[in-house]
Amino acid sequence: MAKIHVSATVNGDAVDFLCDPEQTLLDVLRDELEFNGAKEGCGTGDCGACSVTLDGRLVCACLIPGAEVQGKTIETIEGMADGEVLHPLQRKFIEHAALQCGICTPGLLIAARALLERNPDPTETEVRYWLAGNLCRCTGYHKIVEAVLDAAEEMRT
Amino acid sequence: MGELRYEFPDTLDAAVALLAGESGAARVIAGGTDVLVQLRTDTIEPGLMVGINNIPEVRTISAENGGFRFGAAVTGMELVEHAAFAKTWPGVIDAVKLIGSIQIKGRATVGGNFCNASPSADSVPAMFAANAVATIVGAKGRRDVPVEDIATGPGRTSLAKDEILASFFLPKRPPHAGDAYLRFTPRTEMDIAVSGVSVCLALDGGGSCTTARVAIAAVAERVLLVDEAADALIGTPVDDAALEALAVAVRAACRPIDDKRGTKTYRIKVTGVLAKRAARIALARAGER
Ligand SMILES: Cc1cc2nc3c(=O)[nH]c(=O)nc-3n(C[C@H](O)[C@H](O)[C@H](O)COP(=O)(O)OP(=O)(O)OC[C@H]3O[C@@H](n4cnc5c(N)ncnc54)[C@H](O)[C@@H]3O)c2cc1C
Ligand code: FES
Ligand code: FES
Repeated sequence: MAKIHVSATVNGDAVDFLCDPEQTLLDVLRDELEFNGAKEGCGTGDCGACSVTLDGRLVCACLIPGAEVQGKTIETIEGMADGEVLHPLQRKFIEHAALQCGICTPGLLIAARALLERNPDPTETEVRYWLAGNLCRCTGYHKIVEAVLDAAEEMRT
Repeated sequence: MGELRYEFPDTLDAAVALLAGESGAARVIAGGTDVLVQLRTDTIEPGLMVGINNIPEVRTISAENGGFRFGAAVTGMELVEHAAFAKTWPGVIDAVKLIGSIQIKGRATVGGNFCNASPSADSVPAMFAANAVATIVGAKGRRDVPVEDIATGPGRTSLAKDEILASFFLPKRPPHAGDAYLRFTPRTEMDIAVSGVSVCLALDGGGSCTTARVAIAAVAERVLLVDEAADALIGTPVDDAALEALAVAVRAACRPIDDKRGTKTYRIKVTGVLAKRAARIALARAGER
């Protein structure tokens, strides 16, 4: 099957890959580029575990054709910490125990960061609506919302 | 399954030529939030996918003749974040905001919502009520059609194989005009409409309704424009009697199915209730402008 040659930028680094037409951006990240942070919970846009940003826009990587990211910029969870220094959201998720199994966590962190970039001072309701596309089977969401609000407060000061 | 190919042409003409030249099944792909799910579940098996996101004409929002034109592949989030558009067409924005999560709206387009032709597509009734016109481009040239003429039934449209929906035009709004969309879903977010209603109306200086358009979703094989419901509002101050007549007209137009998300009886009843509430919101918005 004819492979498609694609060049893109992931977490600031230029990457080149060959992908099958059937491969999604999530398949490419996990299987071709070894970025395993984004998870596949459903593959159909329902769970948000595969959340990444594409040219700054929060999207589900499982619904993007790999072939479409030619020339585009992708940010994944692997680029969130600054070396050994965790992003405030990552630190607050740990402090608040906002995760159990952790499958949903990379997607939630990427989605929460996209929220705080647009709205540094969200209400609890705004956080809950923004994160409605990220499902978590373990935590019951409350600690996640607390962690995001706490991180937002720290990032404002 | 044959070999799947992707093309991302830079112009509509090139995209149309690709569609016209494909002997097997071809698909347009915009946000892909319907297409990729259908590919994954083998609902569709196209040989050629024509991505349209590199075509500037289908990706632009612009002012035109006092109204707005937006490309069929403009995403939901781009519409929501366009301050001037959102202020002018709050009812269209009500509907777009309800399409999936933030992630889905980052990709999902109104063009895709129309061409997927689901009876419960949220942006479709809002665009009916807004009196939008679609520009369609194909091998035989361009044509403008009322948006009511796009979907013909579940998953079916009036577009020819080589045609692409290019853009939507929403006409200039008169003063004292407002629109609103409401849907009913069992869950607050991430759910499919059991019923949806859009109302767009304009008032004269004395508060009497001069024009109205009412559309209903998820209660027939496609989204319906209900002229009798609009007539129930026109010439009235949109008072309780007019709202009751609106509900009666809307219920009479419903021809829903029973399914796991709602029974026929329930859908018909709730559609009347939503129509009244949406009309009240549209009226309040008309009063503000
Ligand atoms: C998790 C999830 C939740 C969702 N929630 C909702 C919801 O609440 N409400 C709702 O209405 N929808 C919902 N959807 C469905 C979907 O997101 C919408 O229908 C969306 O508007 C489709 O747009 P798209 O650009 O992604 O379409 P695509 O998947 O790219 O295309 C859809 C169809 O339209 C055709 N097409 C697209 N653009 C054109 C064009 N310009 N010209 C000709 N044909 C074209 C394609 O060939 C395809 O058949 C949801 C989907 C997911 C995955
Ligand atoms: S894996 Fe992409 S949304 Fe679930
Ligand atoms: S921590 Fe397990 S799914 Fe969220």
